[in-house]
Amino acid sequence: MKKAKLFPHTLADLTLGECAIIDSFTDKEISIKLLEMGCLPGEMVQVRNIAPFGDPIAISVSGYTLGLRKAEASTVIIKSVTIDSFSKESLAGVK
Amino acid sequence: MENASSPDRLKVALIGNPNCGKSTLFNVLTGLHQSTANFPGATVDKKTGSVKIEGPSGKTFFVDLLDLPGAYSLNPKSLDEKIAVELLQDKNHVDHPDLTLFIADASNLKRSLYLAAQIIDLKIPVLIALNMMDVVEKRGMEIDDKLLAQRLGVKIVPISARQARGINELKEALVSPAEVKSKDIFPKEILSDKNDAQQTIERYRVITEIITGCLKIKMKKDEEVFSSRTDKILTHKIWGYLIFLIVLLLIFESVFFISSYPMRWIEMLFLFFSKWGALHLPQGELSDLLVNGVLAGLSGVVVFVPQIALLFFFIAMLEDSGYMARVSFIMDKVMRKFGLNGRSVIPLLSGVACAVPAIMSTRTISNWKERLITIMVTPLMSCSARLPVYALLIALVVPAERKLGFFNMQGVVLMAMYLIGFLAAIGSAFAMKYIIKSQERSYFIMELPPYRSPRWNNVMLSIIDRVKVFLFDAGKVIIAISIILWFLASHAPGDKFTQIEKKHQIDSSFTPLSSGRGAGPACRTGRGEVAAEKLEASYAGILGKFIEPAIKPLGFDWKVGIALVTSFAAREVFVGTMSTIYSVGDESNDQSIREKMYSEIDPETKRPRYTFAVGFSLMIFYAFAMQCMSTLAVVYRETKNWRWPVIQFIYMGVLAYVASFVAFHLFK
Repeated sequence: MKKAKLFPHTLADLTLGECAIIDSFTDKEISIKLLEMGCLPGEMVQVRNIAPFGDPIAISVSGYTLGLRKAEASTVIIKSVTIDSFSKESLAGVK
Repeated sequence: MENASSPDRLKVALIGNPNCGKSTLFNVLTGLHQSTANFPGATVDKKTGSVKIEGPSGKTFFVDLLDLPGAYSLNPKSLDEKIAVELLQDKNHVDHPDLTLFIADASNLKRSLYLAAQIIDLKIPVLIALNMMDVVEKRGMEIDDKLLAQRLGVKIVPISARQARGINELKEALVSPAEVKSKDIFPKEILSDKNDAQQTIERYRVITEIITGCLKIKMKKDEEVFSSRTDKILTHKIWGYLIFLIVLLLIFESVFFISSYPMRWIEMLFLFFSKWGALHLPQGELSDLLVNGVLAGLSGVVVFVPQIALLFFFIAMLEDSGYMARVSFIMDKVMRKFGLNGRSVIPLLSGVACAVPAIMSTRTISNWKERLITIMVTPLMSCSARLPVYALLIALVVPAERKLGFFNMQGVVLMAMYLIGFLAAIGSAFAMKYIIKSQERSYFIMELPPYRSPRWNNVMLSIIDRVKVFLFDAGKVIIAISIILWFLASHAPGDKFTQIEKKHQIDSSFTPLSSGRGAGPACRTGRGEVAAEKLEASYAGILGKFIEPAIKPLGFDWKVGIALVTSFAAREVFVGTMSTIYSVGDESNDQSIREKMYSEIDPETKRPRYTFAVGFSLMIFYAFAMQCMSTLAVVYRETKNWRWPVIQFIYMGVLAYVASFVAFHLFK
C-alpha cells in the first residue's frame, strides 16, 4: 500500500507510521545537530511514535530511534512520502 | 607515546557515542577498581579505573582507564565534548592518553564511525572496540571487521560488552602497540571552503564509502517491534503518565519500607556499641567523645546507606533499561511550559538522590536558559539527605496507620513531601522562565535507545559508587561536625557547669563529679535534670538560644535551632545533631533518638514537644532551604558565577521560612 503525496512538506507533517526521504534543511543550526546524529539527505526516516499532546515525535533513522520536537522536525524538508504497511501494522500492535 | 619512564603503565581513554555501551565496557574491564573523582577543578565528571593485563610476552601491564563523556562529534558544542576534545588533541594535557579506545556501536555503524574517523584524524593511537555484536547478529547483519580495519587503518576488536564477549582479545589489543594512521580519512581538500553542514554531509559520504562492502545484511528483520510496542504503552497519553506515577510511588514506598529493616538493625548495632562503651570504657573526656561524639555521628551516617543504595538501585535500573529517555520524551511538552526541557526530567529525578550529580547532569541540556533554570530548581527536589530527616520526623508525628487497607500513612506523607518538593521546583521554574532572559533557541534532540534489560553489574557498581562517595565524602563532614557539636554541647563558657552541679549537689546523694565537666558516662543515673540544664548552658545551647527568636514563629525551639545551624553544612547532619543533643541531654543511652524525641514534653504546654504542626513545619523547612555546601559549590562551578548560588541560597531560604511559617500556623 503506497500512496504518494503531492505537496512538499516537512518531517513535522508526517503521521504515525509514515516514511519519507530527507531532502534538505531550512535551518542551519538545527541541521548540523541532526546531520551529526545521522539524519542525512537521502536517508529514509519513519515516524515511530508521537508523544502525548502531539509533541515531540520519535523517528527511526539510520537504524535507531531519535526523539525531536515538532519545531525541529519542521526544519526538515522531505520527499517521497510513503507508508510502510508492515511497520504500520507492527506499530499499531496488530501483527 | 610518552610512556618511556614506566613502560608497564598505560593510559587509555574511552570514548564513544552516548548509549554505545561505554559504561558497561568500562565496568566489565575495571570491575570494582574504579572511582569517580569528586568535582575536580574542571566541571567534568572524571571517572577512572584500572585493570591489570598480562601481555602476550608474559609482561604485566597496569592500564589506567579514563571514561570520557559520550559525544556525537568532535565539533565541541557542549561542555562535555569540549573537554574530551581538548584532552585528546592536546598531547601535553595531563590526562592525554597513550591510547584512545573508541567504542563503536556496531548496530549504528555509520554514526559511530563518523566520530571515530574524526578521532583517527587527530593522529593519535586509536583502537576500536566494535561493541553490540550480539545486537548486530540478532538483526541478521554481518560486519567484515577485517576489511573495515584495513580501510580505517586502525585495529578493530569485535566485542559484546553486555555478554562479556571478546574482552580477552580486547585486553590483548590494548597492550599491543597501536598504529597511527598517517593519511587523513577525511582529506583536508574536501573539507575546506565548506560550511559545517556541508562538511558533515561530506564526512558522512566518506564514511558511507568506507562501510560499503563491510556491512552485509543477510535478512531484514524489524527488531524494533518490541521497543515500538512497549513505547505504545509507556508513552501513551494516559498509561504513560500513570505508569510513571506508579513507578515513582513504588520507588518511594520501597525506599522507605524495605530500608526500614536494615536501618533498624544498624540503629540497634550502634545502640549496643554505645551501651557497651558506656559500661566498659574508662570514665573520662576521651570515652565521652568516643561514645557521644564519634559513635553518635557515625551511626547517623551509616544508617543512611540502605536508603541511598535502594534509591540508586532504582534510578540505575530506570536509566539502564532505557525508560528514563521515554520519560524525557513524554515530559518534554509539559516541561517546556515551565521553562524547562524534556531533558530536565533526568536531573530533576536524579535530584531525588542527590542534587550534586543531578546538577552536573544538566550539561546535556544545550540551551543555557533551560539549563540554568534546571540548575536553580533541582535542589528543591527532595534529595536523599532529606530522607533521614523526613524519616525521623514522620515516624515521630505520623501514626503508622493503614488507610484504604493498603497505603501506610507514613508512606503517603513521605510521598507528599517529595511531591511538595517537585511542585516547588516546577513553580520556581515557571517564575524564572519570565525572570531570566535569553535569546538562545531551545532544542530537544535525543536518542531513544532500545529497551534493554538492566545490566546488574552496572546497577550494582553504580550503587557501590554512590554509597562510597556518600560514606567517605559526606561522612567525613558529618563526623567532623558531630565532634564539633559534641564539644559545643559538652562545654560551656567559664564555670557554668560546675555551678549547675553545685546547685544540684544539695539534693543529690551522689558524690560530685571529679572533672566538673561533661555529662558523659561518668554520671549515669538520676542526673537528667542536671544534664538538660548543662546543655542549655553549653555553647551549643547559647547558639541555639541566640537564633530561637527567629525560628520560634515556625514552631522550633533552641534544640532544633542547633540542628538548623549545623545543617547548613549538610542536611543529613540534622539527625546526627539531634542524636548528639539528645544523647548528651539524656544519659541513659538505651533509647533511640526517635523515642527520646517522642517522649519529650514541652515545658509550656505540658504536651508532647513534637506535634504534627512542628514536625510538618520542620519537614517543609528542610524541603525548601538550601542547606548544602556541596550543592552551592557545584552550582558555582557549573554556572561560573557566584551570582547564581547566592540567588539560589536566598530564594530557597525565603521560600523555606515563609512556607514553614504557613505550615506551622495551618496545622497548629
